[in-house]
Amino acid sequence: MSRSPDQHTELRASSSGLPARRNRTARAPIYRPRDFLWENDAERCGRCKRCVQQCGFQAISWEDGPVVDLAKCVGCHRCEAFCPQEAITIRPNPQYFRPHPLWTEAHRRNLWLQAETGGVLLAAMGNDLPYPVLWDNLLLDACQVTNPSIDPLREPMELRTFLGRKPDRVPLVSRQGELGLGEELPPALELETPLLFAAMSYGSISLPAQKAIAMAAEECGIMWNTGEGGLHPDVRPYAHRAFVQCASGRFGVHADYLNAGAAVEIKIGQGAKPGIGGHLPGEKVSQAISETRMIPVGSDALSPAPQHDIYSIEDLRQLIYALKEATDYQKPVSVKIAAVHNVAAIASGIVRAGADIIYLDGFRGGTGAAPTIIRDHLGIPIEIALAVVDQQLREEGIRNQASIIAAGGIRSSADAAKAIALGADAVAVGTAALLALGCTLCQRCYTGRCSWGITTQDPALTRRLDPYLGSQRLINLVRAWSAELEEILGAMGVNAIESLRGSRERLRTVGLDRPTADLLGVKPAGVGA
Amino acid sequence: MQIDASNLHYRDLNQRIRQEIAAGEKRFDLLNVNGQRYIADGIRGDIEFDIHGVPGNDLGAFMDGPTIRVHGNAQDVVGNTMNSGRIIVHGHAGDVLGYGMRGGELLVRGDVGYRVGIHMKAFGERQPVVVAGGRAGDFLGEYMAGGLLIVLGLGLRPGQRLVGNWCATGMHGGSIYLRSPHAGSEVASGGFRRATSAKGPHAGSEVASGGFRRATSAGSPHAGSEVASAGGQRPTGQSELDSASVAGEFARAEPATGDDRDRIRPYLEAFCEAFALDLEPLLRGHFVRIAPLSHRPFGAKYAA
Repeated sequence: MSRSPDQHTELRASSSGLPARRNRTARAPIYRPRDFLWENDAERCGRCKRCVQQCGFQAISWEDGPVVDLAKCVGCHRCEAFCPQEAITIRPNPQYFRPHPLWTEAHRRNLWLQAETGGVLLAAMGNDLPYPVLWDNLLLDACQVTNPSIDPLREPMELRTFLGRKPDRVPLVSRQGELGLGEELPPALELETPLLFAAMSYGSISLPAQKAIAMAAEECGIMWNTGEGGLHPDVRPYAHRAFVQCASGRFGVHADYLNAGAAVEIKIGQGAKPGIGGHLPGEKVSQAISETRMIPVGSDALSPAPQHDIYSIEDLRQLIYALKEATDYQKPVSVKIAAVHNVAAIASGIVRAGADIIYLDGFRGGTGAAPTIIRDHLGIPIEIALAVVDQQLREEGIRNQASIIAAGGIRSSADAAKAIALGADAVAVGTAALLALGCTLCQRCYTGRCSWGITTQDPALTRRLDPYLGSQRLINLVRAWSAELEEILGAMGVNAIESLRGSRERLRTVGLDRPTADLLGVKPAGVGA
Repeated sequence: MQIDASNLHYRDLNQRIRQEIAAGEKRFDLLNVNGQRYIADGIRGDIEFDIHGVPGNDLGAFMDGPTIRVHGNAQDVVGNTMNSGRIIVHGHAGDVLGYGMRGGELLVRGDVGYRVGIHMKAFGERQPVVVAGGRAGDFLGEYMAGGLLIVLGLGLRPGQRLVGNWCATGMHGGSIYLRSPHAGSEVASGGFRRATSAKGPHAGSEVASGGFRRATSAGSPHAGSEVASAGGQRPTGQSELDSASVAGEFARAEPATGDDRDRIRPYLEAFCEAFALDLEPLLRGHFVRIAPLSHRPFGAKYAA
């Protein structure tokens, strides 16, 4: 009665009288031009073979000199960076194809790869198609003459931010002449600056990378996020500054984990891949990952697309309160969703379901692995999602009931300031944090071969990333952005980030069409107060 | 200690329980429970609960250690993401039982609903086990990554289906054991049959006509004395068992071997002990084991 998988598939196909759901595929090689050219200046080359050692993708071998397999080169620049003679140059392959405005080179390359493999295209990091970036159509106000600016070098500037439910009113009572709070305030998170590190699991990134992020969050007084990968013992000391995630695979989720974090986050969706789940391939499920996610070694870690106990807002409320009960109402509960067409109504439902924080992830958000077609074509921009959610919650009179974290392509402190003016309480950065760790955005995280030790689980590669040096770079980034935010606030004549929050009057659009500007609730440049 | 849950909101009831546990209480009799959610949610340690009435959704969610006996039916999402412990339900249980569970045991005397055992997983010494005395609905063991799901079919009438559609979809670990008390008639009448394609046009009507009707909390808390009648049947019709139709494209079904029977015997013993049943008639049923075809079901899906 024992059958091989293939026989099984055939049996299924024949017994049902229908074609098998998935036809068998076989590799069918096809001419595919290389992405990059790799050149070594033989006169400069010191023949140290370091390029061979450094390439995580094993693209370079040695035959009396470096020999590169261009099919394997991803353009990550690790070899170039570590060549002591600066002999290596990596360039885009200039091979000339007759141009076609419809059949662009990217479409042709994708199509050839699919013809060869029959597979779903994979991508990593954020959407790389040239959709408009609305941050670049928004400008901030500044003070001149009639309203004085503030010098942040001279005067204290307040960036401190509290995330969580704010009560409708704060009743005060007098106890023996001393004024005090009439009722207990809901739990809140205190951030020294309105920034967080976005959710990146141990598994999607390496342990040194996650540790660097966790240490930086602690040092900067902000938050990091476990993603759906559990809590490794090495980062457990920093859990009190972490959002601990509960997603559809429930990896590593247990009572201790939930209580270890500063906040619990229910992950419904991710900007890079709205509506779909995640597959951490079994070959990445090492002993340590297995222990952290609490699954067998070598088994695929599958996060189903929906959480199977959440098919409605009522079900979401049930999980929110299951988590609150499990943490004795001591932790704010965040709900992370991808920005999609109906985001305002969904966000309203999430607040009414009892969430204390909404994490909005725009369509340009990063990922360790997503189908290219999903990453590049689903969702809406964070700029618009943030504006319509903030507006909807204000109109319903429930904006105070939840804080909003905006994420998905925040590149600079200016983007952060604009997001806060549009209504965000804080912004989360993922790609920016990885860039600070040394990532060169080669976008091949899904291969697990990251030469920089950031998105790999190969011990030979992960040890390349020093978590202490990495965390210092992240601390520097957060310090720099915070200082810039203070400069922006000073120029705008306010001394607290709270004064900028949701203040769309301090924004103006340039080059935006009227409907989009109206959705953003921002006047065109040139229109006064 | 006894707590009368009449007219208590779940938040008050659960807070009381947490306070009593903090004060050293180990054993609870909860009386007049009427739909209160989240009982024993996130509770750790060697604590015992006897629940009289019908507890609400998410009973024992994130639980780590306690034993719960429900003297009645249970509702949805019992044992959600449970770490360890044991929940015994003397009646039926609803949908999404044991979702993401990674340890402990759920023993249900009667039927269980849809989406049972989704993404159950095993880790180290932990082997989560679900034993359903009656039938199970659609999506049994979907995305299953580890542990044991056992469906015994007690009280199954000819023409009724033991499990619903899409059993073991995306399964990549663990084992599902199905016991057919009267296999011959059941296979003939579609008892093991599963809709053949996710896109099949008839799936809806199949559910409507032949389909599994899920237990409601209004059902009998004691599923009756079917062991005696069902257990007397001789297993027949094993050869009709069609792997493809019962286990779908991700898993394979085969008659249980002696080793399989040895493996599930302790849990059947626990089931019989919990509900005061005889083991021998239970063992006489015809068992099949559903096992995944791969630990990497989507390994070849992507271009590289």
